[in-house]
Amino acid sequence: MKKAINTIVIIFAIVFIFKTDAKAYSGDPKEFINEIVTEAKSILSSNASQGEKSKKLGNLALENVDIKFLALYTIGPYRKTISEDQLKKYHTLFEQYFLKSFTSRLTEYSDPKIEMIGIEVKNPKYTMVQSKLLGTSEKPEVKINWRVYTKNPEKLLIRDLIVEGLSLARTQKEEFVSVIDRNDGDVNKLFERLEEFINKN
Amino acid sequence: MVENTRKIMLRKFLFAVLTLSLISTSAIAGSEGNEKISSKATSLESKECFEKLSRGIFKFNHALDNAVFEPVARGYRKLPVPIRKGTGNVVDNLRSLLTFSNNILQGDVKEAGNTAGRFLVNSTVGILGIFDPAAKMGLAEKPREDFGQTLGKWGSGPGCYFVLPILGPTTARDAVGLVGNTFLDPVYHVTHNSETNMLIGNENYQEHNYYMFKGTDGVDFRAKNIESFDNVEKNAIDLYSTVKSLYLQNRAQRILNADTTIDTQDESDWEEIETN
Repeated sequence: MKKAINTIVIIFAIVFIFKTDAKAYSGDPKEFINEIVTEAKSILSSNASQGEKSKKLGNLALENVDIKFLALYTIGPYRKTISEDQLKKYHTLFEQYFLKSFTSRLTEYSDPKIEMIGIEVKNPKYTMVQSKLLGTSEKPEVKINWRVYTKNPEKLLIRDLIVEGLSLARTQKEEFVSVIDRNDGDVNKLFERLEEFINKN
Repeated sequence: MVENTRKIMLRKFLFAVLTLSLISTSAIAGSEGNEKISSKATSLESKECFEKLSRGIFKFNHALDNAVFEPVARGYRKLPVPIRKGTGNVVDNLRSLLTFSNNILQGDVKEAGNTAGRFLVNSTVGILGIFDPAAKMGLAEKPREDFGQTLGKWGSGPGCYFVLPILGPTTARDAVGLVGNTFLDPVYHVTHNSETNMLIGNENYQEHNYYMFKGTDGVDFRAKNIESFDNVEKNAIDLYSTVKSLYLQNRAQRILNADTTIDTQDESDWEEIETN
């Protein structure tokens, strides 16, 4: 009996820990983006060091951006021809590259003011959430659309950011594919460039 | 005077030949109807004309930007906000004349009315365009138009991609558009046509004023986008390809005049990858 009670207590403890650790985000795309923006803003405007901010922003991205999808998308047609080992290596490199690039882009904003405008349901799998980054005396206003993958309403994921009509995912894909194309289809050359980027200060 | 007339005639002839050759190759796409711009015109793909040379020119432009344009833009950013805002407004106001010509060529009467109204109000009430009272009167600032965009609206595809010294990335269509702009831009004509100079008898209308206007426009744009440029540069693993992609997407977006939701991807491209 005592053992059974102990087991139940442990299970409850585990459930409680996981419940409080993993934040539940909204199933409504607009609210989902709003929550992420609010969280990112609170990280950026906090007094934490740049390193801590990067770590927190990285965790936010890992939880809410479909990095696995982006890795496959950005390698274009080569995703069908590279070996299993290369694909595994690419996923690891891409995640590191993405997090470094993502956090470095964001940490330059200390207190971004983003306003949600509206949504457009593209199809059952995708909804575009429209927002704008308000302008300052230094920078003009910027329109930002978020492509949200809505196939699983319990877990929405961001798959692209479209800044003033320019898709970051598409730009990334064309850059990666160009590097591979220029090296006669050798994906290892892309891996080298990614490693260089990850290791540079 | 005779020499000048000959020069103008030659320019017009060259322009007509270029335009006709371009339009004739895109007539099929354009004949599909004005209500929907052909997908060819807004294509995000463009083959390289001469990539090796373009990459060399790109490198040169990048070095020039680091050495000259960026420092000038940073210096310009140190000016008080009202001065920068006023300068930007004056340049935008003058630039709207080219937009007006292209609104007309695109058959966009509503936008042409908006552009003309803004120019008239801002040039008078707004004191030569320094202020923007037109916006307060409901005449909102709209995106710029140029002849490259007009050719796109008429159905012309981008053609091959290349990089011009100083002017930067372009496509065959947009390079023709650059030539076309000089015919359609009243500011160019006022500053370049010596007959106008003689009539006005004012040295302020000399050619260098046109390049000063263009240069100021470039510096104003560069100053507004310092962080964006830095960001792109810092995060690119192949800056040339990144700039090419951004350029082609931007041009497609401008031809479509897409405002809210922009479809820069083929939806099927996204559908084929399933990760969960």
